Amino acid sequence: MKRFAIPAAIVVALAFVPRLSVDLPYVFQGGLNTPGTLELLALCLLFGGLALSYDLLFGFTGLLSFGHALYFAVGVYIAAIAMTRWHWDFWVSVAFTALVGFLLAIVLGAVSLRVAGIAFAMVTLAFAQAGSILALKNPYNWTGGEEGFGVDYHQLPTWTVGILNTKHLYWIALAYAALVFAVVRWAINSSPGHVWQAIRENELRVQVLGLRPYTYKLMSYVLASVLATIGGIVYLLLLGGANTDVTTASFTLTLLLMVVIGGTGSRWGAMIGGILYTFANHRLGDLSSSHAVSSLPSVIRTPLQQPLFILGVLFILVVFFVPGGLTRIGQVGARLDRILRRPAVQEEVT
Amino acid sequence: MALLSIQDLHVYLGESHVLQGISFDVAEGGVTALLGRNGVGKTTTLRALMGLVDRRGTIRLAGDAIEHVPTHKIVRRGVGYVPEDRDVFSTLTVEENLRLAERDTEPRYDLVHELFPELRERGKQPAGTLSGGQQQMLAIGRALLNDNRVLLVDEPTKGLSPLLVTEVARVLQRVSELTTVLLVEQNLGVVNRVARDAVVLDTGRVVHIGPAKELLADKPMIHRMLGVG
Amino acid sequence: MSTFLLLTITGLGLGAMYFLIASGLSLIYGLMGVLNFAHGIFITVAGYTLWFVESKLGDVPVLPRFLIAALAGLVVGTVFAALTELVLIRPLYGRHIEQVLVTVGLALAVTALVTAIWGSDARVVAAPGWTGQTTTIFGAHIPNDRWIEIATAVIVLFALEAFLRRTRYGLIVRAGVENRAMVTALGIDVRKSFTLVFAIGGLAAGIAGVLYTLYSTTVDPQQGTSLVIFAFIVVVIGGLGSIRGTAWAAIIVGLVQQYANYYASSGLGDLSVVLLLGIVLIARPRGLSGSFA
Repeated sequence: MKRFAIPAAIVVALAFVPRLSVDLPYVFQGGLNTPGTLELLALCLLFGGLALSYDLLFGFTGLLSFGHALYFAVGVYIAAIAMTRWHWDFWVSVAFTALVGFLLAIVLGAVSLRVAGIAFAMVTLAFAQAGSILALKNPYNWTGGEEGFGVDYHQLPTWTVGILNTKHLYWIALAYAALVFAVVRWAINSSPGHVWQAIRENELRVQVLGLRPYTYKLMSYVLASVLATIGGIVYLLLLGGANTDVTTASFTLTLLLMVVIGGTGSRWGAMIGGILYTFANHRLGDLSSSHAVSSLPSVIRTPLQQPLFILGVLFILVVFFVPGGLTRIGQVGARLDRILRRPAVQEEVT
Repeated sequence: MALLSIQDLHVYLGESHVLQGISFDVAEGGVTALLGRNGVGKTTTLRALMGLVDRRGTIRLAGDAIEHVPTHKIVRRGVGYVPEDRDVFSTLTVEENLRLAERDTEPRYDLVHELFPELRERGKQPAGTLSGGQQQMLAIGRALLNDNRVLLVDEPTKGLSPLLVTEVARVLQRVSELTTVLLVEQNLGVVNRVARDAVVLDTGRVVHIGPAKELLADKPMIHRMLGVG
Repeated sequence: MSTFLLLTITGLGLGAMYFLIASGLSLIYGLMGVLNFAHGIFITVAGYTLWFVESKLGDVPVLPRFLIAALAGLVVGTVFAALTELVLIRPLYGRHIEQVLVTVGLALAVTALVTAIWGSDARVVAAPGWTGQTTTIFGAHIPNDRWIEIATAVIVLFALEAFLRRTRYGLIVRAGVENRAMVTALGIDVRKSFTLVFAIGGLAAGIAGVLYTLYSTTVDPQQGTSLVIFAFIVVVIGGLGSIRGTAWAAIIVGLVQQYANYYASSGLGDLSVVLLLGIVLIARPRGLSGSFA
């Protein structure tokens, strides 16, 4: 129980943020308890949780997936469609969405995990791309195509709607991040969790021990995906609508960035990476439209208007000069190296 | 001065301390055999000399330190390598495999064709379709194409029929007249036939250095160090 | 019948472009073990260079204007690719995951930069009139750009094969795809081949970028990335490191996409490609050519 003392204390401390009317100039545009800042903090916490769910797959089990964002998008879209197109009750929609995420993960995971290494990565990318195409195609006019659609806020619980209730959304995001943290921590310390980490190191050895890596990988995949789907529902609450941004390949890749910047394979690394990335992404956007920047010569100003440019460059610099992320990628990198060189077909030990 | 001088060589593979401070010399001319049971670090030693694994320690080739030199430059100083699994390029033809190995201005095709007439006949054949023995010949031939000062040869008779083993031994004997050889070999008959000196490894350390024939005549010592006999 | 012919030729035209992109990706991964996410950027850079140079040559007649701009696009694409390898990839030699990450970062950064400078809307490219017209064969009105795409891809295919089979660097690349360590153990510095392979990939991608401006008549910041995803699928289906496998896979993917889009329903073509990937991988994880790095 003592292990949970520090994280629990942090969660409690963060829960008090909406009560603090502290001003942090430059860091945030308003005081800590203003809706704008709370919304940003909520987003940071949400993506921290999402990044950690991705790290469960990538850093702990050693599965390089380019399709994790698909489940997040499922969370956003299915919940939005259920409430807005089918006029379902909020809680029913949430349960349904989680179920869809769960079932989809089992099906897609079962298929994708038949191959490993690069092939697995490509299959997950392909499935995510399929999801993106489906969203754009706008079947039955459900997904709203390229523009997406706003969720019918009559279906949402009243305490989540409206600017005055932003602090409730903040607490939901905090709860999500805490949930992901607790689940991941519990999972990696459980006996399947140890098998996951063994699989990351040396899958052949796991087979020799008489265990089937496939089943364990699938477990990890489904768990991570369901966590992502729940994150999608939270995102829908924060955003108030669904759009195709969450289905793009760029979005999937930014998850990878988050996890690497923070450092893979550690409890805190990915979460911190997600928080920092989201923060930087938004604040750089604000910065680029501020007075200070608009008076700069256009050669400097123009690239700054695209946060992704700065983040991309920053990311390259981090990879070159701080390869540990915030934890230690050096040794994880060497291990994960083997993922990319792993053959598509796992040699069966007879 | 020894042609190859190795001092306090350490190699880590992952967490495992495979070579724990190896030191020995390879004298010029003739064959020096590197012996030991499976897994003691013989192949790793050759790979360390080639720069194919990270290593610490001192390695001198004809007096020049090469422990920090990258593989391709080591090879260009006159080191030939015949790896344990032959590592011929199966999608390339026999001829292309040889051509790839060309370094000198006058590669010694005459020598290679004389020692291995089959390679000339099968020139256009993809190397992957050759038999094990033929691949071994190609691997050795490729190392002989250039006038190397030393050849590092790793278990050339592994998996070959007795007839082919004799053939390889004959080739090694001929080769040893032309250049220095550091030979990793489990087949003691071959060692007895071609080797002048022997170095024995056990779990990452050198446990014996001495003339090969003397060692091979000492049955109890062989049994103790190599677990055979 | 005429529709079928039109679909087939269009599918082959698309397949031609996929092949051009995928061949570079396949060689780069096969030889270097690098998943080059920045490959799409080579396409984008070539395309935008073409558009930019064209816009500066306003008064010149269309055909020479396009050709000069195309040449500029190719040069810039190739040089950019070579520089990427030298500056970003080579220093990370041996660190595969960092190499992949760096290409991801580059892809995101350059796309953002292009969007920042020229906006996210598509820009129109002026192409020689003939390419926008159609030729009628057996009743099918085939846009002429398709012929150029197919012809170019065939030429590039032969050129690549000639390079691989008849030059020393080609020999080194073929051997390196199979066993890179052994190539260094023969005294060859593979790193020069790395830069060369990146440059070839950049050139092929640049050609695809130029051809795509004929196909779509526009350039936009996202086109490189969307094309490259399909190219990745082609590479995996065809078998990493195999040029012939890539060619076959590109043809199949291009055709499947067109047929499904028409005979099933629009948008289904892209989904069928994904399905195809899934089927191939499950039935034959090593891809069509059976090779896998």
